[in-house]
Amino acid sequence: MKTDASTSKKTKAAEELVGGLLGNGQTLKQYRDAIQDRTKTTGFYNGLERLDLRESDPIRYEKLFSKLRGGLVHSRETAKKIAASPIVEQEGELCFTLYNAAGDCVLTSTGIIIHVGTMGAAIKYMIENDWESNPGINPGDMFTNNDCSIGNVHPCDIATIVPIFIQGKLVGWVGGVTHVIDTGSITPGSMSTGQVQRFGDGFMITCRKTGVNDKPLRDWLHESQRAVRTPKYWILDEKTRIAGCHMIRTLVEEVVAEEGLEAYEKFAFEVIEEGRRGLISRLKAMTIPGKYRKAAFVDVPYAHPDVQTPNAFAKIDTIMHQPVEIDIRKDGSWRLDFEGASRWGWHSYNAHQVAFTSGIWVMMTQTLVPTQRINDGAYYGTEFRLPKGTWMNPDDRRTGHAYAWHFLVSGWSAMWRALSHSYFSRGYLEEVNSGNANTSNWLQGGGINQDGEIHAVNSFEASSCGTGAGAIKDGLNHAAAIWNPEGDMGDIEIWEMAEPLVYLGRSAKCNSGGYGKYRGGTGFETLRMVWNAQDWTMFFMGNGYMNSDWGMMGGYPSATGYRFEAHNTGLKERITYGDTLPLGADTNPAEAGYENHINVRAKVKRDKQCMTTEDCYENYDLYLNYLRGGPGFGDPLEREPEAIARDLNNNLLLPEYARKVHGAVIEQDDKGVWSVDVKKTIANRAEHRKARLARALPTREWMKKERDRILIGRAITAVKQMYATSFALSPKFLGEFKTFWNLPEDWTLNEEDLDIPTYGSKYREDLSKLPDVHTVVLVEE
Amino acid sequence: MSTYTKQQVKNLTEGKLDWDTTMRMLSMPKDNERFSIYLDVLQAKVPWKDKIVLPLGPHLYIAQSAKTKQWVTKCDCGHEFGDYRENWKLNAAIYVRDNPETMRDVYPTLMAPDTEWQVYREYYCPECGVMLDVEAPTPWYPVIHDFEPDIEAFYSEWVNLPVPERAG
Repeated sequence: MKTDASTSKKTKAAEELVGGLLGNGQTLKQYRDAIQDRTKTTGFYNGLERLDLRESDPIRYEKLFSKLRGGLVHSRETAKKIAASPIVEQEGELCFTLYNAAGDCVLTSTGIIIHVGTMGAAIKYMIENDWESNPGINPGDMFTNNDCSIGNVHPCDIATIVPIFIQGKLVGWVGGVTHVIDTGSITPGSMSTGQVQRFGDGFMITCRKTGVNDKPLRDWLHESQRAVRTPKYWILDEKTRIAGCHMIRTLVEEVVAEEGLEAYEKFAFEVIEEGRRGLISRLKAMTIPGKYRKAAFVDVPYAHPDVQTPNAFAKIDTIMHQPVEIDIRKDGSWRLDFEGASRWGWHSYNAHQVAFTSGIWVMMTQTLVPTQRINDGAYYGTEFRLPKGTWMNPDDRRTGHAYAWHFLVSGWSAMWRALSHSYFSRGYLEEVNSGNANTSNWLQGGGINQDGEIHAVNSFEASSCGTGAGAIKDGLNHAAAIWNPEGDMGDIEIWEMAEPLVYLGRSAKCNSGGYGKYRGGTGFETLRMVWNAQDWTMFFMGNGYMNSDWGMMGGYPSATGYRFEAHNTGLKERITYGDTLPLGADTNPAEAGYENHINVRAKVKRDKQCMTTEDCYENYDLYLNYLRGGPGFGDPLEREPEAIARDLNNNLLLPEYARKVHGAVIEQDDKGVWSVDVKKTIANRAEHRKARLARALPTREWMKKERDRILIGRAITAVKQMYATSFALSPKFLGEFKTFWNLPEDWTLNEEDLDIPTYGSKYREDLSKLPDVHTVVLVEE
Repeated sequence: MSTYTKQQVKNLTEGKLDWDTTMRMLSMPKDNERFSIYLDVLQAKVPWKDKIVLPLGPHLYIAQSAKTKQWVTKCDCGHEFGDYRENWKLNAAIYVRDNPETMRDVYPTLMAPDTEWQVYREYYCPECGVMLDVEAPTPWYPVIHDFEPDIEAFYSEWVNLPVPERAG
């Protein structure tokens, strides 16, 4: 942070601002509008048909890039050491981003780069709503935002935004974001369940001025720390963000001092246009023009008694639906259209349009654009169509967003598969990835921890799930998460310091990777025992009844989730008397092995209800944190015998499924080592293929039977509700559905006929209806 | 720009390329000639004479009929699924896992979806029985037409190759 002397200098500088913030007489809104107009009219960002600086002095341009990008990464690495939260310090859930004065992203650091656009959306909201005149934007100011209705992903991503003034004018902004451990929502943990509206999502801050003269305001410090359950982590996270932002502000000042303001400002626009062109050239270099269609789904099982909501109208099972049509045109431009997506719902898994459009780049940097030059250029190179009213672009200001990732990770898997389809067809097999795991379970909860303090936990072990299989190799085991390419599962010792939960096991999860010629990476599982806590609660959050990650080209989806928890375990006594304990993996959940090592009267929940709300846990109770695997690629009957034997010997595959799914003929020697009989396996696989055809039907024959099931309405209400909300938002989707199934002209499916609460189906109020609010729309709706 | 030999591309298609070369493929700018080498490698593997126009999967191709010059979707066993513009899945064999018993053949208890919520639709080649795709939607979901490539634009404008003749 700056010294008092430099602070007073900044205050003086603010008083001397002439010609408005920009020094040219324009308001920020006029400035941004002109950039938007030039972009729209010319097709080039800010009308930059030529990149003068880059073309005339490429070495200088690259120097500017390297200094700024290096400085952003350095600031992140340095600042994160301030944090005490393992989420930030161990998992790296933070990111710093540099913006130009209009709020468009110039460059970003490593980390959770979904925030390329989210903090930019907050800056744009300030611009569109005249923050310039009230509360004012001055050197040394700090603004804080986590408002999900103007672009944030979920409220636990807290952003600090600092304007950068040089030579008396605003030249840009720097934003820093950390994922905090608790947001003071209805239940502890940063991504809580149970609340079904924004009003339960926790402390919500809308671009509030929280600091002047480089110092946080005292009312902000007092209010914010008592608004959450974990004030120590909260304040250190804030210091992390402020330190990083100020390091980057100083970096920009130094770069301008060396290179001149004109060169810096040219760079800050040209690099965005370069990013736009880079995306187009990458699409041409990697993909095939044409139309790609995929779909993804995830379950929201709220009718179960272990999900407690404050509102009766939310106690229903629903399904989130995301169809996508990707149109890659021959000029290298592309359009992503989500027509047919289901409506937002009464839960905390909705997403703002910017969470969707900005978040895509955290995925794209792992596939289509693996470059350091991630900025808003990619956004300007993409046409997004997110129909208003869908879960990804809600039209009601009450929607909850605490765990928007529940479906973002699933929805994006469809796009990853589509791109991988084009890589495969073009011969770039090394780039093919079947998708990603549904990055769950999320172990969350809180109470009084082992230090006697009010505490909340959110285990970020989910940052190391299995990755999707490729076209040339298996996915990585317990390795990554789509939302943070720098993720890490964290050390057991650190988690045990942060959580009153002792590890009784941490193992790769058997059979969790989707089968295929190449299998998805396996997930892992950790068995946790509550220890030295008081008034403790926990809950589960993930997919269970459905799988959000399909395989590719004959590969199976990964396994779904399930829940294991045990109470009244008798473990205290078993430890005292040296009796056996439940240790290690739950290798085959059908065998319920843990139950052999706990009290026979223990209360065990072993089922598919992977979405629950805060429940009571005593010391010595058990909780299984099962992190999912990735989907598979190719026909599993073609998996190499050696790979099957390796999986069997590493406890990654149960023998039953080596036989049933891979058609392998296997045997185990007297030392317990598995091997595959290649010759017999070849013959056995031929029989498997024959058996497939014997049980199959011609698709068109099956379609007749399925049509009959539609006509008699044979499906559970959750499925019907999903279709009904998609149909209500999209007559086109309804029309295509009826055409495909050759349904009668008068066939329809309405939500009000389903005998479940339909709150939100007719009466909704968008944020833009509030007085004096100008929302920022960044997609076609 | 890196370039790769036909043998290296063949090794890639067989999952046997050395890791150093694979890493180079991942990290270096893409080699635009890969597509034509890839076609050559795959053409040598299929047992039929029809010309591969576009690979769609490990066993599935859009191919130009040697006799009629029509473009069809074709399995490497020789089975034809009809015109390349049609959704080949409609002419495949399908097996739907829509009950707990059939799901248990694929995943252990508790690790498969609830079939009231989600089914697995397995598409096989009706002739050789290879599994070409698995869809995992809710019941009632239309069969998805995954990919409609603009082959003419791809050949002529993106990889600068002559577009194979097409009848019909």
